Amino acid sequence: MAKKKKKITLTIDDNPITVDEGTTIMEAAEQLGISIPRLCYHPDLSLAGSCRVCIVDVKEMGFYMAACSSQVWEGMQVQTNSPEIRQARRDIVELLIDNHPMDCQTCDRDGHCELQNLAYSMGVRRRHFEGQRKRFPIELSSHSVVRDAEKCILCGRCVRVCAEIQGVYNLSQHGRGFHTVVAPAHEADMDKSVCIQCGQCINVCPTAAFLEQRGAKGVWNAINDPEMHVVVQTAPSIRAAIGEGFGLPPGTPATGKMVTALRRLGFDAVFDTDFAADLTIVEEAHEFLTRLKEGPLPMITSCSPGWVSFMEKFYPELIPHASTCRSPMSMLSALVKSYYAEKKGLDPAKVYVVAVMPCVAKKYEARRPEHFGPDGRPYTDAVLTTRELIWMIKCYGINFTRLPDGQFDDPLGTASGAGDIFGTTGGVMEATLRAASELVTGKPADRLEFTEVRAVEGLRETYVAIGEHNIHVGVANGLTNAKVLLDKVVVGTEQFHVIEVMACPGGCIGGGGQPYPPEGVKVLDPGLLRRRASALYAIDGGKTLRKSYENPAVEALYDAFLGGPGSEKAHELLHTHYSAKLPRGIR
Amino acid sequence: MSICTDKRPTDNRSEVEAAARESLGPEIVEFIAACRRGAQPASQLIAVLHKVQAQYGYLSPEHLDAVAQLLRVPAAKVAGVASFYHFFRLKPRGKFKINVCLGTACYVKGADRVAQKIMDELGITWGETSNDGVFTLEAARCLGTCGLAPVVTVEEDVHGNVTPDQVPALLEKYLKLARGGSSG
Repeated sequence: MAKKKKKITLTIDDNPITVDEGTTIMEAAEQLGISIPRLCYHPDLSLAGSCRVCIVDVKEMGFYMAACSSQVWEGMQVQTNSPEIRQARRDIVELLIDNHPMDCQTCDRDGHCELQNLAYSMGVRRRHFEGQRKRFPIELSSHSVVRDAEKCILCGRCVRVCAEIQGVYNLSQHGRGFHTVVAPAHEADMDKSVCIQCGQCINVCPTAAFLEQRGAKGVWNAINDPEMHVVVQTAPSIRAAIGEGFGLPPGTPATGKMVTALRRLGFDAVFDTDFAADLTIVEEAHEFLTRLKEGPLPMITSCSPGWVSFMEKFYPELIPHASTCRSPMSMLSALVKSYYAEKKGLDPAKVYVVAVMPCVAKKYEARRPEHFGPDGRPYTDAVLTTRELIWMIKCYGINFTRLPDGQFDDPLGTASGAGDIFGTTGGVMEATLRAASELVTGKPADRLEFTEVRAVEGLRETYVAIGEHNIHVGVANGLTNAKVLLDKVVVGTEQFHVIEVMACPGGCIGGGGQPYPPEGVKVLDPGLLRRRASALYAIDGGKTLRKSYENPAVEALYDAFLGGPGSEKAHELLHTHYSAKLPRGIR
Repeated sequence: MSICTDKRPTDNRSEVEAAARESLGPEIVEFIAACRRGAQPASQLIAVLHKVQAQYGYLSPEHLDAVAQLLRVPAAKVAGVASFYHFFRLKPRGKFKINVCLGTACYVKGADRVAQKIMDELGITWGETSNDGVFTLEAARCLGTCGLAPVVTVEEDVHGNVTPDQVPALLEKYLKLARGGSSG
């Protein structure tokens, strides 16, 4: 039985409150509705206490204490607000921005910057200190993540998310004092590091020290090129999050408006990555059946490029377990430049494929040579994040919330509900189980929803009965969680059949390219992720077509073009391979 | 459909570790192995870095990566620790370390001009090593021999009352030693 925690009574701004022993001043204040300003603090990360923005006055202490890292004691008297405290906090923020470029209007994060918001709310209206500024070049080597150390305020959130949530530990603070810089080991370029391109550093950065590589310019150029047939596809999780960029509440499905906006931007065809998600399920289910007979098991999903990169750098011995299926994005792009081009009588060289993804690692995936076509060009020409698409729509003067609903184009625009839920943790597993249960038993599935595999808390292990098989499945999101399952596979302590891994917390809905949360909502907030996931489950639940196998567009593709699941043509266009990559990560 | 036609092992750990052992040499490899047998191997990181620097004179990125692999501590952490502490050197050190005292007494007697002359002659600045690998220039804060100000030490040799015009001859003396190859 859990030991009952001792109760502590204290006052905060003269309001008495009783909390559990071990509660911090910041947590106790939250319970009273007092939101102490903060910067380096994040509830899901370890405490740093480095920015000192959350200082409070504790009676008889003689110095200001950091509310995030100080625990309460009996009889403590805390003042969170006084002219002196506000002045001290303002000074701290002023000193932070003294060593900052202050180029807000031309910054990618303008309007979504915690430092900017903090400076505003602290009342910083004038620059009192003008000192030496640190100077670093922008580091552009990675296809996915740009590092701009001049914007960095050394809060350390990126270091902590990379090490603690993702288990990658690519970043640390190098040097000391004024010369301190956050970078990979040896201040190496990101493309020479163990970075897995997930982009969670971008999400947690309070400023713009990490950003995605920009992709919009090539897309505008292609749209404006009359020779080019420009095709766009959108990942499942975009529709669940894009509305946030236009003030819609999180969790508002916006499929129809998104399609209309894309058409107005000038794309010649708007396709649904969910179609390829259905196709992935059909191919993966066949692969799974083969593996059930011949091994090796478990089969591990391979849709998440951050996870694939992690596997190649940290767990290369598990490569034979990764599904050989290309990700839905790469499958769809390959089909656009073959099946669709053929059907429409287009020269594949004049087809330009844009993928809108919740993910910055997809920018890297698109540039992997495995996903280049026979003409030596990438199947996916450009990848945009959800954030970049939101910006393009704003740039074009489209009033998103007033748009009528549009429909995806044929022949790559029809998707089952199983394809929609690919965008959230457990979704690929659930879609697989819907398909596998019929394939294995030869009878219609007795149920469609497998809620037991929805790993909202980051990690799930369970058994699912399919026919005479008792399938042992594991689902993980966030790579520190995934390590728990992967280590069991490596050591061999538990025999799994299928494991789904998504690199980002919550799956694609929490991807490194998703909208910055509205002010007052923390990035990675489980509540925010749950609302985005619920949008996908609502879309799935509202469809009559809920099984990948029953998608008529997928059937038509096999009949008219591929032959059948696992055929030679399917293998060429829909499957890929992996290899160990250096530098080797320490897990 | 074939799933895995290539049956070669996909793991590269043995090659990575072999390269790391090669880079560090048997003595340090054994020391790290002993650390790994202990309760908290990662807590021995600084001790390992001391050993590497004692043997090689500095910590190269290859050394740091090798330590990371064998001690199983992320490379970013190893490099972060190595770059934080003043004692650790991340660049190779010259054969002769020149220390120019910048303590108060030496400074008022013109140590800055002596240092500037050394920098001009060697084309380096503080903390750097000359292209030929002979000299490394460092600043000292009072060597306790203020009567000899300004003081320049080269390795263990102490040179007092140094003037900028004496610098070329002083450097030449050590260059000859370096060319002779007999010292150190």
